[in-house]
Amino acid sequence: MIKQIQTIAFYTLIEALRNRLMWLIVLVALTGIGLSGFLGEIAITESRQVQVALLATFLRFSAVFLLATFVVTSMVRELNDKGLELVLSLPLPRAGYLLGKLTGFAALAIVPALLFGLLTLFFTPSTQTALWTISLISELWIVAAFSLLCVLSFNQSMAALSAVMAFYLLSRSIAALLLIGKGPLGANTLSQQVINFILDIIAALLPRLDNFTRTEWLVYHNGTWAVLLPLLAQTGIYLALLSGAALFDLYRKNL
Amino acid sequence: MRERPISTVPKSALLLLALGLSLQIAWHATQPQRLAQAEDLPPAPSLFVLKVISLGDPIALAKALMLYLQAFDNQPGISIPFHKLDYTRVEGWLGRILELDPPGQYPLLAAGRIYGEVTVETRQRQMHNFVYQRFFDDPNRRWPWLAHVAVTTKHQLHDLPLARKYAQAIRLNATGTEVPHWAKQMEIFILEDLDELESAKVLIGGLLEGGQISDTHEIRFLERRLQEMEAKAKAR
Repeated sequence: MIKQIQTIAFYTLIEALRNRLMWLIVLVALTGIGLSGFLGEIAITESRQVQVALLATFLRFSAVFLLATFVVTSMVRELNDKGLELVLSLPLPRAGYLLGKLTGFAALAIVPALLFGLLTLFFTPSTQTALWTISLISELWIVAAFSLLCVLSFNQSMAALSAVMAFYLLSRSIAALLLIGKGPLGANTLSQQVINFILDIIAALLPRLDNFTRTEWLVYHNGTWAVLLPLLAQTGIYLALLSGAALFDLYRKNL
Repeated sequence: MRERPISTVPKSALLLLALGLSLQIAWHATQPQRLAQAEDLPPAPSLFVLKVISLGDPIALAKALMLYLQAFDNQPGISIPFHKLDYTRVEGWLGRILELDPPGQYPLLAAGRIYGEVTVETRQRQMHNFVYQRFFDDPNRRWPWLAHVAVTTKHQLHDLPLARKYAQAIRLNATGTEVPHWAKQMEIFILEDLDELESAKVLIGGLLEGGQISDTHEIRFLERRLQEMEAKAKAR
């Protein structure tokens, strides 16, 4: 099955590379440089810090948006063109197809992450850039896997993309939401306790993406390799969860 | 895939396109010009709200907010003098930005050297007090801003006891090895009979020599300030 996974991954990657996605990634990189350079010029002090902080944030969000959009639109097109049915009519297990797609998208995620990481090299030491880039790759893998799951579940671009964006925003802000709920200003009423309980459950199911791809590594150079281990563990665990959920969905599909 | 020639497009479609474009341009021309209006600085949101908005990236948000605040005196088509800003709100914003990004020095520079250099004494004192209060959170990194405030208090507010209080705070709290000796001895420097220009030169020269200031934008900004002071001194 590994050979089949490799083939599907290869053609998924080829599709992306022929889809003008690379042009878009380069355009995003140039826009980021221009925008952050302009804002850095306005700053009276800490101009490099301002520039790299805004550049990194812009690049991270752009990478997530581009990858999620590509995964969703390419999968929806394949579903509409009956490409999925065609591939599954061959002697190929459904798991092979899904893992092939996932591997292809994961390989694709490395391209913008590496390019954007290289841009940050102008401002920060290479170790910090390496940490940031590896973390961005992990973050993008989670987003790609979630996008794939959403497409298989909803079969529609609009619903899938909305779900991916909601997932991403919530995963990045859940820690702050928990803090608000449990902060000293929170009323200790029954309704508050119920809300906190629900938030706790949601938090338990989401990856803590706010710990990933941190701008402070690039600005204050305080990242260490030890920080990366829990992030890689979280990525592995969450990819297993999302792959499991996507396989569950795909195997139950009546094609 | 090659596109078909324009001649294949029905005339009605071309007409509709031309009509739509003309109407849009005409509509735009008839709209009244937007008048520049000074907007009040809104109160700073709570730290919790900002943390949610930051989506787990408080440092980038802090840097962006600082540029927003700094540009507030220069709204589209209008320039508002700093002293017309609501300083309680300015202080609120600066405090929030520091809370989001504690190692960041930008809010303290803005408080001491931008908002703290207006001619209204109460506002100047408010900004000086802000720098003084926030100094205690990280004295070994934030002392340059309090040193500047001490000099300004002496020469612009002519409040020697307050300037000494600031200098004393540096001596007692900024005890790290990275803090230069001359800064720890700010009290003597404050008591010396130097005029404002000389004091500023000593302070800025010391900071440049010690490597505390390395940002080219900040160096340019300080050089401009020194030139302004020199011009003022010559005019007297």
